[in-house]
Amino acid sequence: MKLHELTAHELSERLASGEVSAVEVAEAIFARIEEVEGQVDAFLALTRDQALEQARQVDDRRAGGEKPGALAGVPIGIKDVLCTKGVLTTCGSRILEGFRPPYDATVVRRCRDAGMPMLGKTNMDEFAMGSSTENSAYKVTRNPWDLDRVPGGSSGGSAAAVAAGEAPVALGSDTGGSIRQPAALCGISGLKPTYGRVSRYGLVAYASSLDQVGPLARDVRDCALVMNVLAGRDPHDATSADIPVPDYVAGLTGDVSGLRAGVPRELMGEGIEPEVKAVVEAAIGQLAELGMAVEEVEMPNLDYSLPVYYLVAPAEAASNLARYDGVRYGHRTEEEVADVYDLFAKSRGEGFGPEVRLRIMLGTFALSAGYYDAYYLKAQRVRTLIKQDFDAAFADHDVLISPTSPTVAFGIGEKADDPLQMKLADICTIPVNLAGIPALSIPCGMAEGLPVGLQIMGRPFEEDLILRVGDAYQQATDWHAKRPAL
Amino acid sequence: MPDVSREVVEHVAMLARLALTEDEIQRLQKELGRILEHADKLQAIDVEGVEATSHVIPMTNVFREDELGESLDVDEVVANAPDVADKFFRVPRIVED
Amino acid sequence: MAPTHGAVRRARLPVAGRLRSSRMPVIEQLPIPSPSQVMLMALEPLVGLEVHVQLATDSKMFCGCSTQFGAQPNSNVCPTCLGLPGSLPVPNRRAVEYVIRTAAALGCTVAKRCRFARKNYFYPDLPKNFQVSQYDEPLSFDGHIDLNVNGDEVRIRIRRAHLEEDTGKNLHLASGSSLVEYNRCGIPLMEIVTEPDFTTAEQCREYLTQLRLILRAIGVSNANMEEGAMRAEPTVNLRDPETGEATPMVEIKNLNSIRSVYEAVRYEIERQRQAVAEGREDELFQQTRRWDEANGATALMRRKETSDDYMYFPEPDLVPLEPDPAWVEEIYASCPELPAARCDRFQEQYGLPEYDARVLTESREVADLFEATCERFEGAAKIVSNWVMGDVMSLLNEAEVAVADSPVTGEGLAELLALIEESVISGKIAKDVLAKMFETGKGAREIVEEEGLGQISDTGELEAIIDQVIADNPGPAEDFRGGKDKAIGFLIGQVMKATKGQANPGLVNEIMREKLG
Repeated sequence: MKLHELTAHELSERLASGEVSAVEVAEAIFARIEEVEGQVDAFLALTRDQALEQARQVDDRRAGGEKPGALAGVPIGIKDVLCTKGVLTTCGSRILEGFRPPYDATVVRRCRDAGMPMLGKTNMDEFAMGSSTENSAYKVTRNPWDLDRVPGGSSGGSAAAVAAGEAPVALGSDTGGSIRQPAALCGISGLKPTYGRVSRYGLVAYASSLDQVGPLARDVRDCALVMNVLAGRDPHDATSADIPVPDYVAGLTGDVSGLRAGVPRELMGEGIEPEVKAVVEAAIGQLAELGMAVEEVEMPNLDYSLPVYYLVAPAEAASNLARYDGVRYGHRTEEEVADVYDLFAKSRGEGFGPEVRLRIMLGTFALSAGYYDAYYLKAQRVRTLIKQDFDAAFADHDVLISPTSPTVAFGIGEKADDPLQMKLADICTIPVNLAGIPALSIPCGMAEGLPVGLQIMGRPFEEDLILRVGDAYQQATDWHAKRPAL
Repeated sequence: MPDVSREVVEHVAMLARLALTEDEIQRLQKELGRILEHADKLQAIDVEGVEATSHVIPMTNVFREDELGESLDVDEVVANAPDVADKFFRVPRIVED
Repeated sequence: MAPTHGAVRRARLPVAGRLRSSRMPVIEQLPIPSPSQVMLMALEPLVGLEVHVQLATDSKMFCGCSTQFGAQPNSNVCPTCLGLPGSLPVPNRRAVEYVIRTAAALGCTVAKRCRFARKNYFYPDLPKNFQVSQYDEPLSFDGHIDLNVNGDEVRIRIRRAHLEEDTGKNLHLASGSSLVEYNRCGIPLMEIVTEPDFTTAEQCREYLTQLRLILRAIGVSNANMEEGAMRAEPTVNLRDPETGEATPMVEIKNLNSIRSVYEAVRYEIERQRQAVAEGREDELFQQTRRWDEANGATALMRRKETSDDYMYFPEPDLVPLEPDPAWVEEIYASCPELPAARCDRFQEQYGLPEYDARVLTESREVADLFEATCERFEGAAKIVSNWVMGDVMSLLNEAEVAVADSPVTGEGLAELLALIEESVISGKIAKDVLAKMFETGKGAREIVEEEGLGQISDTGELEAIIDQVIADNPGPAEDFRGGKDKAIGFLIGQVMKATKGQANPGLVNEIMREKLG
């Protein structure tokens, strides 16, 4: 097997044994990027020199007798929504063209400290708003399984890079499904942690009460390895939880017998493509064979998830994105302006793409006088009902299971003109963000020759349990080992 | 589906400080109308006595102590700015508020 | 003072001022009465004050940048207070403590639970284009300050005292463009809003004076208006007490001293009165006016046709505050005596004139020095007061030394005053001794001994004592005059006894012989 085809834990073993050096691994990955990036377009920026320097340092440390962490020397792709000191951070937006943050996001720093060479910044829907990565202002990323199809989004660059062998692992962010849905569409594994499990400091905010950073990887074990690096309280993030972090790798026992799984009926309904549903049902059958007790559950308020999300997230986004005004950083209009307000309006009108403008308008409307109670406040109250449905379901189920995406990867441009249709892509993932719980997507079969994702949801801070279920499934199956032919 | 009125779109665009073209105003009237119609599904739900969720994981009282941390170098502060004069950010005329 | 805890509730919202959005109740706009009606009405001014106070923390509200005044532009700035993408706020515990301390001083209730909210509006001095503030859940509410204005007792109700972050600064250039810098941005700011309880400009002046004294006394702010550490914005309108009808609200800005607030409010009340009286209805509308210091007048800044829409919503990046009741209790318990109460007590306990009490209690440190001296001094408190207000203050002022850093403590001053009381030194000499105490940090007795100042060598002073001794002892005096030379020894002994041995014996002998000669 070539180095770029190995998982992070396989690389980790070879690095630890001295079979390969970190520089060799990084060189091999960059060679692969050179080979396929022209077809996939997963990256917005590559940081080869920096990565090789980091790799050299890891090799030096090993040569000096040190035992750096499990992921030292394993390269990582970083979604362009994460601040990287001195390295271009655009969020896929014109408004941040050329922006080089003077600081690292906490998760980026943690990866650096773990000795993970940064490969570059991956493409994404502008400000993480989208489900296809077509909303990037810079390029369209293609699904390695079918280059005419989207990789999903918004972390489409990270997902495509991992699927194409351009990165063993990558970081994404997930506000309504932006890690899990592209993971599903690209046939890889991706985890959205519990809200507060991973620091958001340096994660450019889309919707602050929903955003989380998490790993995209070739298998669940790799997700667990990366979570060991990412998870934990950060004094720079007041919403990061002060709750002990377990060893996620140690929790992968392969034993899921006796665990109780619920399948929310609302997430297996009409909106799910029959082929996808059939694959998911087969996967659920497999979990039962592994000793899990599976039954259907009713969570009626999940039906309101989409409208709640499309009020709450844009409202927070409208406020979070107000700072892009052409004064301190980012795009400034070159047109004549009458005054500073004119400068704001023109710079923002030019710098943001259409989907971002739409969501800013929607969110501003939902917060504005006369509409706040009926829209924003109402949505936050219905959100409580959705959370209560989860609480009730988790009272007698250890995990909940559903498809990750109602469809397989769709064609580039296919849904671009139908924003509402596009939004349905997140119908199974959005409730998870509204409830703040963790969820994992793993490949569980193929439909129409394309990967299908299985979503495993858990109680708050029980990442270890959903990782164990996902890993047990992968020990028993080999869907995760399938690679696209590029 | 009812479009959102032009006045509302223009008012919201003013609040959001977004310059919109004529085409954009019309597009937004339609799209906001569609999404809000979808959102109106919520209006029928009884949420009497239900608290709003603004923090999904219950936490309180997260503080930092009153201690000095690191500030940025002034050059880093203004490095990304489109228009800088003597380490200040420069902007066009400010209408007094 | 016992802490009072309110139930979780939505505090009453300000009717006037910047906090209003149209989601809040808006004061009813009433038709302006015709002049004939006006003649019959005794219009009563309704003035409210919104005061912003920079809290004296070392670091900013939500980040570790310094709050130091007068630093180089954009040098006390980090990703958080610059509002960089991805940055997050973490609240400063001490800032919260300072608001609770203020709540204790103002008799406010501290919220059991409250949240920060985002106030969304675009302005170049606001790097995120929203301000982290508090909206319908302020940290403290429902307090008061009692004022004594020209002998009248007035209670001003405090509606709320909440926490927010300060903005940066815009410098307007002659060319028309502006420069922006963010050193001030993110400094913790406490907003104290009163009910519209003021009816005169004098009351506003006294309120601000008392508020400033209180804030300094409890150590939460230097409350310096000239440096912008305390900023006041009055709202002024007139109401007919019988019908409740009121003129539209006027907000006044650009006030940077207590005096300018006083003058602006006085001017604005009069302006509105005249407009009503003369039927100039076109001048009465909801507006913001700017105080023009040079012309001593307010001028229209902008008409407020609709109330501003700040689109407040709970700040998702911060978790709710639930101040620990034990912590709140501790802060309330340690709240020092407030200047007004201390002023009253000084008059009662020490028998000081009101003037002395007021001057002494203007500064907590000065009042502390006074009391520390009295504690160790057995003489009259008025003597201490005279020395503190006089020589001590002028020495401190000359040397530009803060009272807290004074080299002369209460103990030291008491020692000095005792020397006068015991006639070891005269008052005149004591002034020199005090100056030397300042210079050297040595004690009064030490200086007196070292320099031999304790021997009474002042002939005038000695003469008086000798005269008294001769008058009190006519027998021995007669004996001496009658030739009994030895008798003078007894008389000199009496003088030494009267001066506690500090009289210069040679001088006493000389003067005594002269007197008896």
